Amino acid sequence: MDNIGLVGAASVLAAGLAIGIGGIGSGVGEGHAANAALKAIAQQPDEAGNITKTLFVCMAMIESTAIYAFVITMIILFANPFWDHVINLAGK
Amino acid sequence: MVENFDAIIIFHIFGFGINATIFSTWIVMAILLILAKLATKDLSNSIDGKVSRLQIAMEAIVKGINDQIREASGTNPMIFMPMIGTFFLFIGVSNLLSIIPWFMPPTASLSTTVSYAMCVAIAMPYYGIKHVGIVRYLKKYIEPTPIMLPFNIIGDIASIFSLAVRLYGNVLSGCVIGTILLSLAPYLIPLPLQILGLLTGTIQAYIFSMLAIMYISSIGLEEENKLIR
Repeated sequence: MDNIGLVGAASVLAAGLAIGIGGIGSGVGEGHAANAALKAIAQQPDEAGNITKTLFVCMAMIESTAIYAFVITMIILFANPFWDHVINLAGK
Repeated sequence: MVENFDAIIIFHIFGFGINATIFSTWIVMAILLILAKLATKDLSNSIDGKVSRLQIAMEAIVKGINDQIREASGTNPMIFMPMIGTFFLFIGVSNLLSIIPWFMPPTASLSTTVSYAMCVAIAMPYYGIKHVGIVRYLKKYIEPTPIMLPFNIIGDIASIFSLAVRLYGNVLSGCVIGTILLSLAPYLIPLPLQILGLLTGTIQAYIFSMLAIMYISSIGLEEENKLIR
């Protein structure tokens, strides 16, 4: 395989792996948070509004690891520096 | 394919290319300014019984932000109100406007979010040194032991960076998912995700301002400012 094909294939594979593996941790974490929040709401339904508000904030913070993975994926797919480098070399 | 709003030049002023991010920033600024001007045009204190609806709405928003800042920082909220309130209103409005077709939310550009995070990075030492003094502020970096100095510095930089990337990634992911679904199954399928985008946009605005106030007040302002409260 030539260099362009190699870089392209590696980039696509890396993008898929990045968002796939990056999503796992965030998904498990959000599941734990939702589990705890549902248990808390079941025990004290009066505090449901407060717990839900805190849950949303926590969810968004847990989610940020997946968001980092997403940003890296977007960089690899659409603004890949290695791909540009290889294309530049091939153009010469 | 990916929304790079910094690369789209809308028009030129005096030879400077005005890109889509700056243009939509101006739109949001204009909306906020006009709303604030209209709401404060004829303020009244309800003694004569006439308060405009807009004024009540604005008072509710300002009161809500005030309460949240007081809860999070434990100090007189008016110290942080101009900065944090602006962050919340601006990010909230620009995220909410992202459901309008062809509107490019300024928060979906990394340059915007990084500049907001830089504001927080400047505000952290500013408020810290102003309220607890430079010695106590710098002492927070060698706590609990001086060995932790590099980790504390890295932690500060990472928290600022994560503040920027979190907002950018969330808004951008909403845009990208919208675009992809629009090309796969147009008209009806993207709608629920757009509605979810409204929720996440508001929550992200809330989180950005809350994290900013937490970083700024992490030095322990509340002990010094008990009296003001």
